[in-house]
Order: sequence, then C-alpha cells, then structure tokens
Amino acid sequence: MSARATGAGVRYGPLVAALAALALAVALVSLMVGYARLDVPAALADAFAGRSTAAAVVLEQIRLPRAALGATVGFSLGLAGAALQGLLRNPLADPGVIGVSGGAALGAVVVFYSGLAGAFALAMPLGGVAGAVVAALLLYALVGRGAGTMTLILAGVTVNSFAGALTALALNLSPNPYAAYEIMFWLMGSLADRSLPQLWLALPLTIAGWALLLASAPALDALTLGEDTAASLGFDLGRLRAQLVAGAALAVGAAVAVTGAIGFVGLVAPHLLRPLVGNRPGRLLLVSGLGGAIILLIADIAVRLIPVHPELKLGVATALIGAPLLYSLIDRMRKEA
Amino acid sequence: MRIEARGLVVRFGARAALAGVDCDLVSGELVGLIGPNGAGKSTLLRVLAGLQRVDAGEARYDGLSAAELGRTALARRVAYLAQSGLSHWPLRVDHVVGLGRLPHRRPFSPPSAADRAAVEAALAAAEVVELRGRPIGTLSGGERARALLARALAVEAEMLLADEPVAALDPLHQLRAMTLLRAGARNGAGVVAVLHDLTLATRFCDRLIVLAEGRVVADGPPSALTDAVLAEAYGVTALRGERDGEPFVVPWRAAEPNPGN
Repeated sequence: MSARATGAGVRYGPLVAALAALALAVALVSLMVGYARLDVPAALADAFAGRSTAAAVVLEQIRLPRAALGATVGFSLGLAGAALQGLLRNPLADPGVIGVSGGAALGAVVVFYSGLAGAFALAMPLGGVAGAVVAALLLYALVGRGAGTMTLILAGVTVNSFAGALTALALNLSPNPYAAYEIMFWLMGSLADRSLPQLWLALPLTIAGWALLLASAPALDALTLGEDTAASLGFDLGRLRAQLVAGAALAVGAAVAVTGAIGFVGLVAPHLLRPLVGNRPGRLLLVSGLGGAIILLIADIAVRLIPVHPELKLGVATALIGAPLLYSLIDRMRKEA
Repeated sequence: MRIEARGLVVRFGARAALAGVDCDLVSGELVGLIGPNGAGKSTLLRVLAGLQRVDAGEARYDGLSAAELGRTALARRVAYLAQSGLSHWPLRVDHVVGLGRLPHRRPFSPPSAADRAAVEAALAAAEVVELRGRPIGTLSGGERARALLARALAVEAEMLLADEPVAALDPLHQLRAMTLLRAGARNGAGVVAVLHDLTLATRFCDRLIVLAEGRVVADGPPSALTDAVLAEAYGVTALRGERDGEPFVVPWRAAEPNPGN
C-alpha cells in the first residue's frame, strides 16, 4: 500500500523475477491438478524415458498442453491489455476493444458452422487466426494511418459489434440446436481437451505478437504526456498504432482461436499490477503479461477443483472472479481520489 | 541551430490557421510568440516542432527539412512543451522528467550518466527537486507546469519550443521561469515561448513575433510592439514604462475604433 501511496512502485527486476517464479509455480500446480489421479513425478520419469505409459500420456497429451496454453494465453491477454490501455490511455481498454477477439471468435465459428472443423483438427484455430487478421485489417482500413485515438476506439467497437452480430447470426441460423449449443460453449472459453498441435500452431504467432507489443514500451511511456509530446520525443504514432494492432491481433487472435473468448484477464491484470510499477506503461507490459498468466492458470485450476458438472467454462470463471476484483479496484480508486 | 520558416500555410477546413508565415529563429535568443486567441501561435509552434502537417511552405533546420533531418535527430535538437499540462497516468515527477531523455536513449538500455545528470539539472532548474518523488497527479497546476517544463529542459535541445510555459504559474514562479528561459538562451539554446502576458514578454524577450489571424504583423525587439501593432493585433492600448533598462508594456484598455477605418 505504501508503494501505491507514494507512486514509487517496487524494484522492477525483483518484481519480474517474483512474478515469473509465481507463474512457474502455478503452472506446476496446474500440471498436478486434474480429474485423473496422476503421480506426476512418475509420469515425468516415464515421459523422459520415452515410456508411453498411461501416466505419461495423460501428462503429455492432456496436462501439459493445458498448463502451457494457460500460461501463454494468459500472458497474451495481460500483455495486450496493458499495451492497449497504454496506447488508448484508457484504463477500460482490453483486447476486445479493438475487435480482434471478436474477429477471432467469428472466424472459428464460421469454420465450425461450415463443417470444415470436422475435416481436420486445426481448422478451428486456423479460422480463428484468420478472423483476427481480417478484423485487424478491417480496423486498419476504417481508421487509416493518420487517425487519432478516439477514431481507433470507435472503429474497434464497430468491428467488435459487427463480428458479434455475425456470430449471433450464425447461432440464429444454426441448422440444429446441437450446433448452436457447441458454438455457445466454445465461445465461453476453455483450456480443456486442447492438444499439443494446437499449442504449436498458436505459439509462433503468439511470440511474434509478444515481440511487437513488448517493443512498444518506450513509445507507450512517452504517450503518457499526450500524442504531441510523444511525437516530439521522436516516436511515429502511426507506426505505433499499426504495431500494437498487429501485435494484439497475432497474440490475442491466436489465443482466442485455440481457447475461445476469455474475458476480464486483459482488463484486470494491468489494473492489479500498475501501482507496482509506479504507473509506468512501458514497465507494465511484461509484468502484466506475467500477471495474466498467473490469473488464467489459477482460474483454470479453480474450474477443475470446483465440483460442478459440466466443468465451469474458463471465460465464465474469469468473469466471475474478475468482476468483483475490478469492482474492488474501482472502489479503492474512488477512496484514494 | 537556425530554423527558417517560409510561407507556412495551415488550413483547418475553410479556416487558415496560418496564412503565409515567414520567420527565422536562432539559438541564443529568447523569442516571445504573442498574439490574440486564435492567432495561430500554437499552430506555428507545432509546425516548427514537426508535429503539424502544412498545406504550403516549409520549415528548415540548419538548411535541412524535417524529413532530411530525421525523426530522432529532430527530437534531440528541438524540444516541445505542450500547452496542456496533462499526464494520463500518475507517474512520479522524476520519471516524467526522465521521459525527456527518450530521444537520447537506445531502447531498453538503462539511462546513462549523462541522462541522469540531465534529469537532475532539469529538476533543479525548474525548482521541482523536492517534488521529485510525488505522483504528478498530486501536484498543483503550477507545480505540474514546472515539472513539465523540467521534462522539456531534460531533452537538452538546441531549441525549446514552449507553448504557454508560464500561464499557470504564480507571479514569483513566472518571474523565475522567464529568468530561467532567458538564462537558457544566454547559454546558447534558442527558446521560443508562446506568451499571453505582454508585460513579461516585453520585459524578458530578446525578440517578439506578433501573430494575428495567421499572419506575422510585427517581428522585432520589444520596442517593435508599437501602439499601432497593439491596436491592430489585440485591439488594446497600453501603458509603457522602463525600469533598470528593461522596457515593459501593461495592457490598459480596449482601443477606440480608428475613425480612419
């Protein structure tokens, strides 16, 4: 609390190390938690020895993709949320605000709806990535290079609403209730039953997106004092906007394509961690990514421990945890103001 | 450094904010950019800082266009202090001032000894050393204006373009800030400041550029601000005086409409 009161934040290096260690620890817990009883050390030993025992298969094919996807998707959401809040200088921004998550969801739904999903396993994630890219291109076509922040927000809301309407249209025209049910459940977001090939598909795009987002740190710091001041410090704001839209489209698009829409992580992670970096938007990026990974992994552990069947969807759990958390943050901000 | 602006025209829709402006600015001079509201002062400053597209004309920096000079070189050599004192996030004052070093730093490398020294010097010059640990959102308007002035000083540019740097300050800090800007000019940096206070402008500036309706109506030493120029640009008459060799002007009342017109 004292760090928040003085605005000083805490030391950056130790903070990053502590969050990385915590993320790793939560990922290990995630490996150990599941519906099947699993002797994790024995399964690890089997896996490294190349013995395809049942335990090793559960670990490699079920637990490992789930934990790894939880960490990467959470990192993408936290990082993209922090980057977009910095770009738009608006604490309400999240990856949804520029429309790429809506586009990714629509892309996956179109693939499912068209029956391509049955043709090969990676069709839905590929459709999701394609949807995110189309949404980003559409956004860029609407906004153009020179436009300001407000235009970007309004265009993002337009793209997101349009993608949402088309997704609803697909549900509306769904030929059978079972398909609509499948689409609705997929849209709620989940890490269950994802495979290593899906992780390998998402990972290169995700890492490219991370690189674009993390590289924007100095420009986001400069933007604290407004667009004119940032430009006078040598930053090309048109390029920055393109870089962040592309980075968010790649990282969040790939994430949504594999896991469905998971809300609140991109909104809450930056808020929770901003005081710890003295409100500096550049330093918030990596920290918020790690925070997003931790939050998502914890939420995914929670949905497996809560004895509710069918399993709570991850997007439902993050919203259930995230909304009260966000309210408590707002309440605290109001009291400090 | 020498900035030469020729034939600058900037239109916002049908209205010409700048309607053909020529001016020369050189290091070592404190220039007051004055004129009534809407005269084009801020637009001219933004053009000179490379922030505003022009519809005609060009500003050249030691003979080079902004494109030839390059974004980073321009950012190192020309500092800009915006009129709005906004900070979107409540950063600590010394972190805000440190942003002025971004043009000099390689991305993701820690600040150098020169960067740290420049920040310390800027904090001291703008008299915000004791505020360095405070979040900028907790400062008063005048304190924030001084912190942002320190941010611009930290660039250590050859030319400082400041949009109303003293408007929010109390009289003591106005006098100190003007003294500071004049000292900066004496030390070799060029300073162009948009000013509304004609008394400060005439007293401290080496040269005044008077804008009205997007045109330069006078450009010269403070004595160039004649009664005729004041009447034309501002529609006011003024009292004049001199103390310790420094002339000054105090706006007094609205000018009578000229019967000759």
